[in-house]
Amino acid sequence: MFTDFLSFMVLFNFIIPVSMYVTVEMQKFLGSFFITWDKDFFDPEIKEGALVNTSDLNEELGQVEYIFTDKTGTLTQNNMEFIECCIDGFQYRHREDSSELDGVCVTDGPVNKVQQKAGTEREELFLRALCLCHTVQVKESTKNGRDQIDQIDQVDGLGADEEVLHPPQKERGFIASSPDEIALVQGAMRYGFTFLGLESKNMKILNRNKDVETYELLHVLNFDPVRRRMSVMVRSKTGDILLFCKGADSSIFPRVRQEEVERIRMHVERNATDGYRTLCVAYKHLSAEEYANADAGLREAKLALQDREEKLMDVYNQVETEMTLIGATAVEDQLQDEAAQTMEALQVAGMKVWVLTGDKMETAKSTCYACGLFKKNTELLELTLRTLEDGGRRREERLHDLLLEYHKKAVQDAPPAKLGITRSWSVASHGFGFIIDGASLSMVLSSSSESNSSLYKNLLLQICQNCTAVLCCRMAPLQKAQIVRLVKNSKGSPITLSIGDGANDVSMILEAHVGIGIKGKEGRQAVKNSDYAIPKLKHLKKLLLAHGHLYYVRIAHLVQYFFYKNLCFILPQFLYQFFCGFSQQPLYDAAYLTMYNICFTSMPILAYSLLEQHICIEVLLDNSTLYREIAKNAMLRWKLFLYWTALGLFHGLVFFFGVRFLFSNPALQDNGQVFGNWSYGTIVFTVLVFTVTLKLALVTRHWTWINHFVIWGSLAFYVFFSFFWGGIIWPFLRHQRLYFVFANMLSSVSAWLVIILLILLSLLPEILLVVLRKPRGPHARQMKRRLPSSGTSTIFMLSQTASTHSFSWSD
Amino acid sequence: MTGKGELLHPGKDLSVLLTSLFLCSPADCAIKAMMKHEQEESPNRPDNTAFTQQRLPAWQPILSAGIVIPGFVLIGLVFIGVGVGLFITSRDVQVLELDYTGAVATDPCYKCSDPNIKNCECTMEFHLDTLFKGPVFIYYGLTNYFQNQRKYGISRDDNQLYGDLDSFKSPASECSPYNYDGKNKSIVPCGSLANSMFNDTFRLYRMVNGSKKEVPLNGKGIAWWTDQNVKYRNPSGTPLINAFNGTVKPINWPKAAYELDTTDVYNNGFINQDFLVWMRRAALPDFRKLYRRITKDEYQAGLPAGNYSLEISYNYPVLSFKGKKKLVLSNVSWMGGKNDFLGIAYLVVGSLCVIMSIVMLIVYAKFKFPEED
Repeated sequence: MFTDFLSFMVLFNFIIPVSMYVTVEMQKFLGSFFITWDKDFFDPEIKEGALVNTSDLNEELGQVEYIFTDKTGTLTQNNMEFIECCIDGFQYRHREDSSELDGVCVTDGPVNKVQQKAGTEREELFLRALCLCHTVQVKESTKNGRDQIDQIDQVDGLGADEEVLHPPQKERGFIASSPDEIALVQGAMRYGFTFLGLESKNMKILNRNKDVETYELLHVLNFDPVRRRMSVMVRSKTGDILLFCKGADSSIFPRVRQEEVERIRMHVERNATDGYRTLCVAYKHLSAEEYANADAGLREAKLALQDREEKLMDVYNQVETEMTLIGATAVEDQLQDEAAQTMEALQVAGMKVWVLTGDKMETAKSTCYACGLFKKNTELLELTLRTLEDGGRRREERLHDLLLEYHKKAVQDAPPAKLGITRSWSVASHGFGFIIDGASLSMVLSSSSESNSSLYKNLLLQICQNCTAVLCCRMAPLQKAQIVRLVKNSKGSPITLSIGDGANDVSMILEAHVGIGIKGKEGRQAVKNSDYAIPKLKHLKKLLLAHGHLYYVRIAHLVQYFFYKNLCFILPQFLYQFFCGFSQQPLYDAAYLTMYNICFTSMPILAYSLLEQHICIEVLLDNSTLYREIAKNAMLRWKLFLYWTALGLFHGLVFFFGVRFLFSNPALQDNGQVFGNWSYGTIVFTVLVFTVTLKLALVTRHWTWINHFVIWGSLAFYVFFSFFWGGIIWPFLRHQRLYFVFANMLSSVSAWLVIILLILLSLLPEILLVVLRKPRGPHARQMKRRLPSSGTSTIFMLSQTASTHSFSWSD
Repeated sequence: MTGKGELLHPGKDLSVLLTSLFLCSPADCAIKAMMKHEQEESPNRPDNTAFTQQRLPAWQPILSAGIVIPGFVLIGLVFIGVGVGLFITSRDVQVLELDYTGAVATDPCYKCSDPNIKNCECTMEFHLDTLFKGPVFIYYGLTNYFQNQRKYGISRDDNQLYGDLDSFKSPASECSPYNYDGKNKSIVPCGSLANSMFNDTFRLYRMVNGSKKEVPLNGKGIAWWTDQNVKYRNPSGTPLINAFNGTVKPINWPKAAYELDTTDVYNNGFINQDFLVWMRRAALPDFRKLYRRITKDEYQAGLPAGNYSLEISYNYPVLSFKGKKKLVLSNVSWMGGKNDFLGIAYLVVGSLCVIMSIVMLIVYAKFKFPEED
């Protein structure tokens, strides 16, 4: 009958743990507070801690397989320092040993023309270009500008006598969208050209002769990551109209007269190899006519209603041609604190780190070396425009060959690397590094024929997956996202994590499973679009290795425990149907059915899933390999799920049939009176509540006072509630089913004995398993180390972690 | 002064701070206090408490072989001890079961098993070799009787049984079809549970020198005290019959509720103990319920050896659903009636514990658990 079906639905609906969703949500929501609260994520510089934008991904942090990181601002500090410049092929490195007012020029290296310098005119033109070609604003020194002043101090700190050079005028703070620009303006300042500010379209600079020069700012051709350059048009006092342009070498070199390029290219490449960020500076004289054309074009494009961006781009590209290269700059971007240690820890933890950057390959490569992503013995596989153009054949053919060659090297000939946990990281240390640039990537992804495209994609993916580190340079923001998508959708759909600090990282942050924003210097876009925001790269280690690991273990246990406890809750009720003529008679009282998941068994697992540290945080941070133990969803696999299910079935059977055999003679009281069906259900339920709670107690490795409180409190509450519920004739109930059932049950010795027996019998295999399971891995040793030597004489070996930590917080 | 202050990072070196606090001038102190305040005032700084930093003091129990093996031995021995006690106790409980269904022609009650015969009486004789130790409890047992059937079980009106006169006039709808009779008079007590009350009665005779001597049976103390005194109540007003005006007795009952025991007001109506025993539903389809106790006169110490005759007034039909009826004489121990399960289970689990600890010991000795290296 249909009503029977519905009744069974009502009776057995607990097998679908609806309450689990509530508990999981609570666990995720409350659990994310621990990330916000973590003192270790607090950065005294920016006075902020971690920010959690979503509470849904805590456990994903424990499953990350691929990390995509931005370079600038993430691996590096985005704290730029002007190192040197090159004017007309002559290198100018800032040294303290010179006090010449007209710029310090020392060249080093045999390749350079020793002790030579470019003509003063070129020098000044270059410095003017640095002073003019930017969007920096001057902030008059106030207390708020401390950071900027600090920067200036840092820059000046190179030379103790710089104070003399700089007349003690007002200290200057600069504000700019990119720290490179500030570094460049400061660099120009060091050579005697000070940018004074922009006043009503007039840029003022203080030149070496302490004269103020004024330029009328006509147009700013803004920077964008695709064009990779920016320009300004200014009109000097004399009426000359000049275009200054600075940008990445790749975007400048094609647009200048070729004869100048070679001299500077050498410097740029050497600087890039040293890990500096390089920019080339070019200029162009515009005749009045040219300017009129450009001006008209720009105005028109700016007012365009449709495709404004494209039109502007067109005009920009038209104007920025046939320029004259004057020089190049090198700016150093220091590595983030503990960048190398963090990267190493993450690699040891089994994660693959891919660096996606818009920078030049050489710059990025040196950063990778500095971070330890590439080691000395790492064999680099390059797939860049340069390698593609080697051999003089068509690029497509070369691409095909290279891909196959690398694939053979990295995938086929590689020692059969066992995946995941078992692979030791020492093998990884002399693995392969793969480098690809944006142009090659777009060739791979948008290959002419459809079949080739998917073949190349696969080859690329396989190569990358077999490399310890992958560097993708010259990436446009969307290409970064493409890479992430490529990996995300690959076989096994690995969990990906993107970390970045700038607006150009937003696309990959959004694309990856977990997006992490660095609260860096390039605005808040990354932070706003991220799932988690942390102040520094180094915090990633704790976020993944400690928080991620713990949350994964917690939620894995939470979910499986919920299925288990509902299975052994409902199984007796199911079995009872065979003994009551399939009449949908509930075994337990309605109050017990309702309260089981809400009150009696919910709090211990919630507390467990918030507080459990099966391995303490310090150990997790010290042993990155522990992260591999939970890799690939290791705790939610079929084997474990079946274990929990089998346990639930076993417990359910024990509960039901234990009481069933007891009730073969229902005269269980010493006064000969008999027990009825509600007594039967109450005995089963009592055994059930105690067993599932004690089972959790056995699983709990980390007993804080909260755990004690909720575990023993839940049991006490159950007993109290049962007395209370059965102690009163409830006027709103139609049937007083449980009236004094619980109290009567407790008056029966047999009931006590069977409850104790069944609880013990249920937990017996569990205890055995805990004992016989050999502790493995480094944490076993760690755990042992923390044991007191006299521990063997107590029932539980007890160790108090707090004592070792209580004094370590302050430092 | 300020330079000195900057060296101090509050909390970093408490002793330095304390010394300088004691040594410095008041103005100095004020500045330091201010600086300290300034440093800590960063509004975003997370609280440095044990809870927020997940550093609450915690006990980390580790179950190791060295503890579990002795523990298992101990538990095993205790369980075996309890098991032996239970087993002996259960063995000493005497039980006598008399099946009087009359399903077979040789049975003395065969003649009564035809449902068309009313007021049938039959007699069963039995012999006790030894003293049946007292107090003796008499149970009636039914098999294949699903008193735990859901719809049957909810077919009752607890308000009625609590003495609520409104419910006398309009019984709860769950009682249907046993809430109103054909003349639309309300049935009290309503519902199929009450309607199907067991109504066989028994009289026990001891054969002394060829003559029958009735053994007095005690009908008190067979139901839960709380059922009789709290959960069930007769409607107020004496005599009881007044409250039942305008109602009819359940269809299958030979007499009305207020006539269940006319000799004792406290055993009449809804608080009649036979009624209460019936109304507490059995958990399983094969069950027994307490019928009488033998506590009086010379039978206080038990039923002496000899011949006995049981006179059964056979009213309750069970053959229609292939059920069986039996009468059980039993005495009880501290653990209740005879129940071999508990004793055996305790013995088995206890032995399992001991065996497992021995196995663990062997494994432990052979493989030297990693604690040792």
